[in-house]
Amino acid sequence: MTQAVTQYSLAELMICAAAEAFREDGEVLATGIGVIPRLAASLAMKTFNPDLMMTDSEAYLLSEPNPIGNRGDDFVQANETWMGFSRIFDNVWSGKRHAMVGPTQIDKYGQANISALGSDYHKPKVQMLGVRGFPGNSISHGNSFFVPSHNKRVFVEGECDMVASIGYNPERLPKGYSLDDIDIRLVITDLCVMDWKGPNHSLRLMSLHPGVTLEQVKENTGFELSIPDTVGVTPAPTAEQLAIIAQLDPHNIRAKQLKDNPPGDRSANAREQAKEAV
Amino acid sequence: MNKLMTTREMVSRLENGMTIGIGGWGPRRKPMALIREILKSDLKDLTVVAYGGADVGMLCAAGKVKKVIFAFVSLDFIPLEPFFRQARQSGELEVMEIDEGMMLLGLRAAAWGCPFIPTQIGLGTDVVRVNKELKLVDSPYDNKEWVAMPALKLDAALIHVDRADSRGVCQISGPDHYMDDWFARAAKHTYVTCDELTDNSSLTATEARNVFWERSLTTGVACIPGGAHPTSCAPLYGFDTAHFKEYNSFAREGGFAAYFDKYVQGTSESEYQQRVGGLDAIQQLALPVY
Repeated sequence: MTQAVTQYSLAELMICAAAEAFREDGEVLATGIGVIPRLAASLAMKTFNPDLMMTDSEAYLLSEPNPIGNRGDDFVQANETWMGFSRIFDNVWSGKRHAMVGPTQIDKYGQANISALGSDYHKPKVQMLGVRGFPGNSISHGNSFFVPSHNKRVFVEGECDMVASIGYNPERLPKGYSLDDIDIRLVITDLCVMDWKGPNHSLRLMSLHPGVTLEQVKENTGFELSIPDTVGVTPAPTAEQLAIIAQLDPHNIRAKQLKDNPPGDRSANAREQAKEAV
Repeated sequence: MNKLMTTREMVSRLENGMTIGIGGWGPRRKPMALIREILKSDLKDLTVVAYGGADVGMLCAAGKVKKVIFAFVSLDFIPLEPFFRQARQSGELEVMEIDEGMMLLGLRAAAWGCPFIPTQIGLGTDVVRVNKELKLVDSPYDNKEWVAMPALKLDAALIHVDRADSRGVCQISGPDHYMDDWFARAAKHTYVTCDELTDNSSLTATEARNVFWERSLTTGVACIPGGAHPTSCAPLYGFDTAHFKEYNSFAREGGFAAYFDKYVQGTSESEYQQRVGGLDAIQQLALPVY
């Protein structure tokens, strides 16, 4: 059951890669914002880190992650305690949380933006959500980023238009803090997996998704990446992982998250094999 | 004490330039009947404090707002509130953009009579750069700097609950009361609309645990079944996705004036409800699945 499979979607590959972010977390609240991060956190809780805590995305903590989408009238969720918004902040500020969020912009310092785009804050070119919980999350607990489309509009040159979360920027470091107080973990994109363990907390490539080249990643990132001597390939999902993902997402909502639902292995060889299989 | 009054009476007690807190969260349990009453009034230059949804978008579009204090404004399934977006992009709106938790601390500071609450939230971000009113302070106990989140004192709080009585005992039996208790505590006056008016007899222990602030904080109560529409009032009804989609489409074509003409202008709340399909239809709106 632990053998890697050959047929899987990119969404499924990214769910498994993103689940790794929560492997060593221990007993913390895992919050995945969006379908793929939520499935990733749920997969981690169902497999290698059963100590994780999770909400129903509304007001209760669950001992068992809810499947996503309509669950039928007879479904009863496994409530553990009430966890309304006001209590969420008590958890956030305790540090016992790891959120995986999807910023619109990320810069070389790991600062992120979901607030607004444009150079004039008082008259933004595009008003987005607002800073939401990014400032508090980023200074209180670990955060990972999920990027469904790796490009230079996301990984921007220079700083984010509105810095909504604290990163590894010495210029902005508050008095009494060191850069090591900031805790940004993994970045999972449609091209690769990265972390912030390059020199001076720079963004470092960890693995390329099957069929993706180093050049593709470099061309689509607006700043310089740290590239280790050896860069691995993101591991394919196992049959066991795919079976659990299917249980967590019975309506296959994951297939609608990435444009055209690409296959997980985008190498020419894999494309040939897929053709032959048809 | 009988606190029953009409929504028109409540709005007549508000004044130009006041700071108004609005309960609920995004598209959930917003006091929309009261918002519609404000839209029809002459009120202007309001400062609005909210976990914002269409309440903020509508008030901005109708020219009622001078300043918005917000962490987000969103309709959830439509992530970006279309009319708030237009107001921001016009460059004419004053804003204080803060973290969701900072807003909670600001309400708590007001409730507790503190000028500020120190927090690490906002440090290292543009929140402390763009908001000139946010000050940093040194701690007397460590060598760190802290954001002094100022009290968000409200002249009035507007809240919708599912049940209340004429004395102002308000029950929220949905899964989350959000920060409504802190809005009530931060405000000089709290005006509440409810879906059901209950009598003043005693509550069961479970019901009593659904009361999140004491009645002395409630100034007025109006019973408006369906009054949260088009937002949700769990467990009674969900939000009206079709209505929100149409509202959103007005931002692309027709503008807010066309929405206002179609649904709100010159209508009583019951006439509004007829125009959106009737109270029965509102009460049958399915609760969202998250």
